[in-house]
Amino acid sequence: MHASLADILSDLVQNSIEAGATFVQVELTEEDSQVFFRIQDNGCGMDEETLRRAEDPFWSDGKKHPGRRVGLGIPFLRQTAEQCEGQVEIHSVLGKGTEVKAQWPQNHLDAPPLGDIVLLWVLCLTFEGGYGMNIRRTRQGGQGTSQSYAIDRVEVSEALGGLDDAGALGLLREYITSLEEEIG
Amino acid sequence: MAKMTLESLRKLRVEQKEAIERRDTGDKSIHIIVGMGTCGIAAGAKEALNVFLGEAYTRKMTNVVVKQTGCMGLCHAEPTVEVKMDGMPDTLYGKVDADVAKKIVEQHLLGGKLVNEHVFDYPARDIHKE
Repeated sequence: MHASLADILSDLVQNSIEAGATFVQVELTEEDSQVFFRIQDNGCGMDEETLRRAEDPFWSDGKKHPGRRVGLGIPFLRQTAEQCEGQVEIHSVLGKGTEVKAQWPQNHLDAPPLGDIVLLWVLCLTFEGGYGMNIRRTRQGGQGTSQSYAIDRVEVSEALGGLDDAGALGLLREYITSLEEEIG
Repeated sequence: MAKMTLESLRKLRVEQKEAIERRDTGDKSIHIIVGMGTCGIAAGAKEALNVFLGEAYTRKMTNVVVKQTGCMGLCHAEPTVEVKMDGMPDTLYGKVDADVAKKIVEQHLLGGKLVNEHVFDYPARDIHKE
């Protein structure tokens, strides 16, 4: 299984990109000691049978790696949610896209740590391709009020003149660090 | 750190680009490709990627391009990293943790010497695309 929530999320977002999505919406919310995330894409989607089989760790569609018999992304998510009494919902329509929602109590003994959220967003924003992405991150502060920020891939890419070289990515990391500190 | 805006980000990038042009590093870009499939992520590929980003940024190696890719078919040797640069053979490194990543920057990228004990061969052809 993955060591942190950030790892689970980056794996799932990569699925969206590999499903040919041109737009991905990512939400991550920490509220009332619950953590909730949602990934919605307009990629190729899955029919009911494929979605059912994607839950099986010993199944892969074999397109990416011919002959391979395992596919662990979704099973890892399911395993993590189950071990900390959380929930996972996956909706998918063939040709339309997929939505993955998950939630679990962050203070559960078996809940994974959040991980490096700054690096997570850098990773999500820098897969190859011309996809659009909107990230929304919300966190409940000490007084019970929620603070949030949003990152739009087109906007940051335009501000940095592309998201390719290490200089741009270094600045992107600083930018996201400042947003994350602001709501911390 | 004070909260940055898109405007301040844009300004910093312009300053950075001006500094690059002054130094005229030429167009010899270095490509670092990190395998970030489920196997790579589980083995800690993001720590390696973070080191490459950090080192390139703090050392102002402006010709470095850091990219992610899916599984490269070497799940047993994750995290895997491919390095492509002029004057060196295309190299696939395996078992790249944060320390090895740093070593690759210092020894391979800057020193022009392979980190021999982490060089891995490509996997079977049915998995690796030419």
